[in-house]
Amino acid sequence: MIPVVEMRDITKVYGEGEAEVRAVDGVSLTVDPGEYVAIMGASGSGKSTLMNIIGALDVATTGTYRIDGVDIGDLDDDALSLVRNRRIGFIFQAFNLIPRMSAAANVELPLMYRGVRRGERRRKAIEALGKVGLADRSHHQPNELSGGQQQRVAVARALAMEPSLMLADEPTGNLDSRSTADVLDLLDDIHDEGKTIVIITHEDEVAARAGRVVTLHDGRIESDVPAGIR
Amino acid sequence: MILIEALRSGWQAILANRLRSILTTLGIMIGVAAVIILVAFGQGASNSVTSSIQSLGSNLLTITPENPNRGGEIVNPSVQELTVDDAAALNDPIAAPDIAGAAPEKRAAVTCTIDDLSHSTQVVGTWPSYFSITNSPVASGAYFTNADELSGRRITVIGSTVAENLFPDSDPLGKRISCNGVPFTVVGVQQEKGASFTNPDDVIVAPLSAVENSLTGYGEVSLISVQATSPDTTDLAEAQAIAILDERHGTVEGTRDFEIFNQASLLETANTALGVFTALLGAVGAISLLVGGIGITNIMLVSVTERTREIGIRKAIGASRRFILLQFLLEATVLSVFGATAGLLVALLVSRVEIAGISPSVVPISVVGAYVISVAIGLFFGSYPAKRAASLRPIEALRHE
Repeated sequence: MIPVVEMRDITKVYGEGEAEVRAVDGVSLTVDPGEYVAIMGASGSGKSTLMNIIGALDVATTGTYRIDGVDIGDLDDDALSLVRNRRIGFIFQAFNLIPRMSAAANVELPLMYRGVRRGERRRKAIEALGKVGLADRSHHQPNELSGGQQQRVAVARALAMEPSLMLADEPTGNLDSRSTADVLDLLDDIHDEGKTIVIITHEDEVAARAGRVVTLHDGRIESDVPAGIR
Repeated sequence: MILIEALRSGWQAILANRLRSILTTLGIMIGVAAVIILVAFGQGASNSVTSSIQSLGSNLLTITPENPNRGGEIVNPSVQELTVDDAAALNDPIAAPDIAGAAPEKRAAVTCTIDDLSHSTQVVGTWPSYFSITNSPVASGAYFTNADELSGRRITVIGSTVAENLFPDSDPLGKRISCNGVPFTVVGVQQEKGASFTNPDDVIVAPLSAVENSLTGYGEVSLISVQATSPDTTDLAEAQAIAILDERHGTVEGTRDFEIFNQASLLETANTALGVFTALLGAVGAISLLVGGIGITNIMLVSVTERTREIGIRKAIGASRRFILLQFLLEATVLSVFGATAGLLVALLVSRVEIAGISPSVVPISVVGAYVISVAIGLFFGSYPAKRAASLRPIEALRHE
């Protein structure tokens, strides 16, 4: 079985000499298909940097990283875009929907970059919106939706891509408790369907939903245990 | 495929910022309209000058006497004048096959009066062929004839300016005017030729014999008008006229005592000058087009900064550099082409209006050129902002508020 995420001794260094900061310092992490992993840590623990590297938004200074067995260490900008487009579905804290575009158009966007024809991607977008319970809101623009609804559109966008990895960065950070529960339930459902999920969070109740909790401290993995043991 | 998708994305962005898009388009619109209108005015001015030069007589050569002295030193002391015989010699169809006709003109300033009205003008004593040679048809009445010339009848065809001054509200035909005390009967009124360098309508034309007899005396003529058989043969006609007069006067190049003024070469000179004039007007338009183009760069840069986060999102979910580049380039080009279309419509509308007596003539090449240039402007002035957008790093762009 090829792991979805396979990191070997990943280091990310910012600055040089005296000002050198090792944001991620020798992290090795493997996530197998179907896993639901939470990455925890206080601010400054390096979890945002690690999330950028996992999401192929940034490249490690040293170490090797394979997504679905593909080494992305020496890919250029466009190749990284392609990896993100084919393999990773992002869910961001700030939702990151494109304003002045309908929910359906937002969900369609990654499929458009993939070259899917208009009719088919519209169908897939509606289907994904249906899964998150927003089929009736497909023509609404982001500013006409509540925070919880916007995040569900973002989940639909990630789902429509049929990614190898769903990568959620503090997905409930901007939501009230009811919407938080909605979104977490949604992620549970997605995981039950066999999707691989990595969620970055600092909240214990969010991490509790995962099957495995990785805790970062000062750029290193402090603990890596099944959920509920902590 | 990617082109259509990028165009659609760009179009959405244009619609999302309607007011700004319209204002940007306005810059290009003004530029394109300026180029087309100013070039049309240049062309219109050129057309009107060309037609007024042609109205002086098509294919016309004018021969005037010249004393060939250089720097005050008389090169040829035995200068001969132009004579009626010279004019007669130029009417030789064998020696000068490309000359359709030649007429001597004896000119003198006169003051003509009728009743208590008086007008100072110029009398032209000439042959009847003058009217066809100089393209001077009459609007009313008749020409004088060879019989009139032979008998020295004191009759005249007057220019329209003279007619207006001496006969403000009556018919001049058959009236007798007195020029420097000599009576002339008006038999015709020339058609108005319109303004030129001098007023060709301020003239009275009479038989040469009558003018010599009563006003100027005999001897040299002021000039000889020569008509070539066609506009294409004016240079040949000029060469034949020079050969005939050289032989009669015993002159060669350098000692020539006459000068030939070629209407065709005047036309050419005027056209060259007007071409420069038109090019200058076009350049003024081009500058406003350039300013419009810079407006596009400016607004696109603002747009890239404003949409940094959006670009970050697009890149995070898989947009390639190429797609972002294309989207912004097409956005700029669409703005530019819309501006050009609006500018063209405005230009076509304005060009229907006559301003300062010049009716603009839209030059097709300026329309095509303005379009091509505006697309090029979109691509050129959009390329810097587009490159900036395309090279944004997604993590930094996503952090942008």
